[in-house]
Amino acid sequence: MYKPITLADGIYSVGCRDWDIRDFHGYYINEGTSYNAFLVTGEKNILIDTVKSNFADELLDNISRIIDPKEIDAVISNHTEMDHSGALTRIMHKIGEDKPLYCSKMGAKNLKSHFKHDYNFQAMGSGDTLAIGNRTFSFLETRMLHWPDSMFTYMPDEKILFSSDAFGQHYAGDKFFDDEIGDEIMPHARKYYANILLHFSPRVQALLADVAKMNLDIRMICPDHGIIWRKDPSKIITAYDQWSRQEPAKKAVVIFDSMWESTTKMARAVTSGIESENVSVRLMNTRKWHRSDIMTAVMEAGAVAVGSPTLNNGIFPVIADVITYIKGLRPQNKLAAAFGSYGWSGEAVKILNKEFEEMKWEIVDDGVKVLYVPGASDLERCFDLGASLSGKLKEKLSA
Amino acid sequence: MDKWECPCGYVYDPEEGDMDNGIEPGTAWEDLPESWVCPLCGAEQEYFEKMD
Repeated sequence: MYKPITLADGIYSVGCRDWDIRDFHGYYINEGTSYNAFLVTGEKNILIDTVKSNFADELLDNISRIIDPKEIDAVISNHTEMDHSGALTRIMHKIGEDKPLYCSKMGAKNLKSHFKHDYNFQAMGSGDTLAIGNRTFSFLETRMLHWPDSMFTYMPDEKILFSSDAFGQHYAGDKFFDDEIGDEIMPHARKYYANILLHFSPRVQALLADVAKMNLDIRMICPDHGIIWRKDPSKIITAYDQWSRQEPAKKAVVIFDSMWESTTKMARAVTSGIESENVSVRLMNTRKWHRSDIMTAVMEAGAVAVGSPTLNNGIFPVIADVITYIKGLRPQNKLAAAFGSYGWSGEAVKILNKEFEEMKWEIVDDGVKVLYVPGASDLERCFDLGASLSGKLKEKLSA
Repeated sequence: MDKWECPCGYVYDPEEGDMDNGIEPGTAWEDLPESWVCPLCGAEQEYFEKMD
């Protein structure tokens, strides 16, 4: 529980911090997260979003420090996902199930699917306005950012944007605002974008263009996770613009796994080759690094090399895990190369190249496969593969 | 011509096509190339339902 945070006159952040969570549906969280919910008080009291179900009591306690939760007149649900709707049944039971529940059209459909219950859904479309008591809200559907039901709620008088998961970060700490935490929050925001939103980058570009056209004056952005952007909301908007362009950077990442250290030796040689051309590189062993951290590195890299031994005619299982994950998040504009050691058949490089093709990555070389343990000349080929990847990346960047 | 709806809420309207992905206006659902997927969420055509 924490003392409700005042955002503006009569508007509070009343959500909960989940200090303990580390595995967020397969995304590794270093510092927990928060489920932000917002209470707008006045002639009518409106709750925007809720929290994960096991935090429902804490949410009700937080609200009780301001008003009796029974005095909530309506709920706005910007997103159906359970970390934001989990406490909804408790809230609706408390305030009366006939109270209006404002959401997007897809939100009404999806909340019904989640809860198998027909609440008093009031579907709002983009541009719709709701005047309730002395407060006004307007809505913007943001389909597939990142679920079909996602929407933004904006308060034109206060110039506050409640942005659902967009602009969020998985962070739980004693800081609540951008001006309190400074640049320390950016790695969390970047990792969040890479793992939750990257595949919808064209939608992010379209949304940013729409918002610019609407000429919205945004003084504060309140996402559903992490800190609130009140000092400089344009900072995170600019970062989203940059990340969603997916422009290649002069950085490379080497992702690998190994059975008997042969592919490890090859990975180190590829890494040295990349470095020899003055391209910044990270070497990431898939059994030491979490897939969500590898994903963040891939988002930032202009070139990706993947090394896998051949196991039972396939790629190594942990590599398959990471590749499946990366593929779903659709990183674009990458140069790629594969390598790996094998014992008899050696399919891994061919399989990796096929994965690169399917991801529309540009394959710079057929790849290097080495029978059993790499010798000096094999490691030289790996070094050259890395150097060639760097060289092509530099050519591309200077074109 | 029938409209088809994706589970994500996107509606394929043959009158509009999907110019961003090279589908000319007037292209019937049945004439979409097999490789065409939902421009919003990436779902394949088999997940769409015909609208009434």
